[in-house]
Amino acid sequence: MKIGVLMTRLRIEEKWLFEALEKRGMAYEKIDDREVQFNLDHPGEWDSYSVVLERSLSYGRGLYACKILNGWGIPTVNTSAVEDTCGDKLWTSAALKFAGVPQPEVRVAFTPESALAAIEAMGYPVVLKPVIGSWGRMVSKINDRDAAEAILEHREVLGNYQQNIFYIQEYIQKPGRDIRAFVVGDKTIAAIYRTSEHWITNTARGGQGSACEVTPELDKICVDAARAVGGGVLAVDILEDKKRGLLVNEVNHTMEFHTSVPVTGIDIPGFVIDYTIEVGKKKDEFRAQYHPVPHASIVEILR
Amino acid sequence: MKGMCPECEGEVTIPEDAQSGEILVCPDCGIELELTSLDPIQLSLAPKEAEDWGE
Repeated sequence: MKIGVLMTRLRIEEKWLFEALEKRGMAYEKIDDREVQFNLDHPGEWDSYSVVLERSLSYGRGLYACKILNGWGIPTVNTSAVEDTCGDKLWTSAALKFAGVPQPEVRVAFTPESALAAIEAMGYPVVLKPVIGSWGRMVSKINDRDAAEAILEHREVLGNYQQNIFYIQEYIQKPGRDIRAFVVGDKTIAAIYRTSEHWITNTARGGQGSACEVTPELDKICVDAARAVGGGVLAVDILEDKKRGLLVNEVNHTMEFHTSVPVTGIDIPGFVIDYTIEVGKKKDEFRAQYHPVPHASIVEILR
Repeated sequence: MKGMCPECEGEVTIPEDAQSGEILVCPDCGIELELTSLDPIQLSLAPKEAEDWGE
């Protein structure tokens, strides 16, 4: 078995993953996503991989590489379908809703006028997020109508059509922290609190990590969320609401864990590699079952 | 091991356990550098964060 690791940068996470691969005696190759080319007619050397672990920093490169690889019958961690869902906050929310996983209220609108009406109906404050984006970029807490009008106007003129898909999320009065939990397969293997005086608690934005016990309640909602988006190796962000308990905020498909390994003492890269190896063992089954349209059975029903 | 920053020509110390692809910071100008080769030592400006970068 040979494992490919598609990556943009060699971060500490990738170093730990390579160490875990070497510890297990696995053959692997680093694949720089800036250098790859695909000829859709010929998988060529790509087919020598039993599985490709996708660690690109770029959502677009990772997603499209996995779509091509999966189309050739080469499994990836995570699958392109999971990346499609997790990379888009609206798709994630739709998947969570379909599966009955608790989350903050979400409303969607396609024009600034209808978005303002939705925000007014929800009541202030609300959180406006780009449907695609990470590390807390361009996530806005809107406290009043003046701020709403200003931000909606800015979003309208940004030029990217996705900025006119208005994803409006209920603001949760969390206790100065959220929870980042790591799901591998069917188990929540570790979790941390991310604490910040700022309402954005991403560690990429200065949030501080501390150990969080994986209670049965936390494990259940995280595993439910992971299954809702298709399963694999996922980081689930959880908000604590005083009345409703745990709510899923986001699900991330190429998780970072440089803060969580030292805080929890859990060998997260080891879990990721063990899972990836198991996926690689099922390449033939994957190839036999994979279909590029995830819900082909629905297409058949409607035909 | 030492390398030279392509931005300011400052001296950059390469850790003994450094791997190709690793990101280093120039101690003189603070810019992020990518170690593109170990033998010989080659440093390039690290790719800038793009809009779709993240997790």
